[in-house]
Amino acid sequence: MNKIAAIALNTFRESIRDRIFYSLLFFAVVLLAFSMVLGNLTLAEPVKIIKDFGLGSISIVGTLIAIFVGIGMVYKEMEKKTIYVILSKPIARWQFLIGKYCGLSITIIIEVVVMTVLLFILCYQYVPQIPLSLFYAIIPIYFELQLILAVAFLFSTFSTSFLSGMFTLSVFIIGHLTKDLKMLAQSGDDVVFQKFANGLYYFFPNLENLNFKARVVHNLGVSLPEILFSLLYSALYTAVILLLAIFIFERRDIP
Amino acid sequence: MSRPVAVKIEGLSKTFKTGWGKKYKVLSDLSLDINENEIFGYLGANGAGKTTTFKLILGLIHADQGEVSFWGKPASDYKNRSLLGYLPENPYFYSYLTAFESLDFYASLFDIDPKTKSERIKELLSLVGLEHAKDLQLRKFSRGMLQRVGVAQALINDPKLLILDEPMSGLDPMGRKNMRDIILKCREQGKTIIFSTHIISDVEAICDRASIIAKGELKEIIDIDQIMESQDNFWEIVCQGKDFKMPSIAENDFKKIVSGNRVILTTSSKDSAYILVDEVKRQNLNLISFGPRRKNLEEIYIKSTGQYIESDHKEITR
Repeated sequence: MNKIAAIALNTFRESIRDRIFYSLLFFAVVLLAFSMVLGNLTLAEPVKIIKDFGLGSISIVGTLIAIFVGIGMVYKEMEKKTIYVILSKPIARWQFLIGKYCGLSITIIIEVVVMTVLLFILCYQYVPQIPLSLFYAIIPIYFELQLILAVAFLFSTFSTSFLSGMFTLSVFIIGHLTKDLKMLAQSGDDVVFQKFANGLYYFFPNLENLNFKARVVHNLGVSLPEILFSLLYSALYTAVILLLAIFIFERRDIP
Repeated sequence: MSRPVAVKIEGLSKTFKTGWGKKYKVLSDLSLDINENEIFGYLGANGAGKTTTFKLILGLIHADQGEVSFWGKPASDYKNRSLLGYLPENPYFYSYLTAFESLDFYASLFDIDPKTKSERIKELLSLVGLEHAKDLQLRKFSRGMLQRVGVAQALINDPKLLILDEPMSGLDPMGRKNMRDIILKCREQGKTIIFSTHIISDVEAICDRASIIAKGELKEIIDIDQIMESQDNFWEIVCQGKDFKMPSIAENDFKKIVSGNRVILTTSSKDSAYILVDEVKRQNLNLISFGPRRKNLEEIYIKSTGQYIESDHKEITR
């Protein structure tokens, strides 16, 4: 356990000393500021626009951070050859991977927390109360980011950073589209397309399951069991992907 | 009295895939015993399979066949790596950490209590002479300084076995001397040391035994003291001019090595040596040196691998 914590702490230290993290966080602040401008320009309730745009920003920036830090997680260690010294110590490869994952996971928590606080401050300017209901959307976003991180991490155990980035981005996009694609296929008569859409739907994670943003912003009602089910689904999916990553990494050579 | 075996390597083989289904055998059927408390030199040209052997010992890559054990415990169990310390060739560390933070991080991968840990880090920083730079980020370190961090991290757990991959490479003469001193000190403390090199004089200077590896095969295991004491003499003639033609009558008895613009000829008997000198004169070449020499590791290396050595640097080239 201590060894996993040591790797996690070191990984966290690395990511917060990395410029990408700050540039993305800066980007997030700019987006939130922009939401305020947009809010002031609309005729509808500006706070809704801010909430909508703010949650979208947390999700997008979080996804970018998860992909950027996740893809380099293992590959960068190999490319920079820092992995040799670590794995020559009495640490199992799975401990190394879980440690790295936890370190980056903490980085993402911090990103989400910082952006949430900023969003709450913005909302407070318009309606002087803390919009706690937003947590119904933010917590699923956080779980989605963990899942994306695990996907990036899986690709990182066997491919280059660039390819891992492309693959992860594809999973993210497909993961948000499969539900619509499946519905579209069912409305038509093309059997091949239906099978294809079904295949995608069951193989890729259904990330729309974790998207409660619009419903939370417009108070359309979200049931707690539904959210809990989505979180459980996401956590299980993440665990399976991590196990697969460990399975691959345990067997590969570190050239 | 024979020493107990520290590292046992049995029938180790490794093949790498080089894309499109092609395979490249890097190590074939290597068996080797390394005794406790000896300094063992692992000698071979670049690409001979030295680093591959170390990576197999450390479990960084998986063997096709064969096994490695330390004091009877399987190397495949990661927990047994607590017995060893490893310095990779041109070690790389996290550049955003300071020397102190690095050692503290590596120490935390062992079960070392905090008090011992801080004492050990202090002791090692002083051993490698980095106390003054302990709070400097490693990105500001020179190659030699990084090598010293490498040595310190390899010793962080006070290992019984030390595996050093090309520890002298890239070091200045002073750095090399310090590295030799550290290796000798480790032996005094009872540690077993394996180090790879392609520089013969390093092996002759400090090793108890050495093995020669070429093209992934173990060619020879040599007791260094025995060579040093051996009366096995031979004759050496060095002349200028790489166009020297071997006299056909004596080709079997002579050995010819071309190094730059020079030719080094060796032969076992005095009479053959004189014939060669005459031949050098006859071919109008400039004779540089001529005389009897004691057999050394260099000759054994050349004989067993067929590779020659650049005599200026005593470096093996392929």
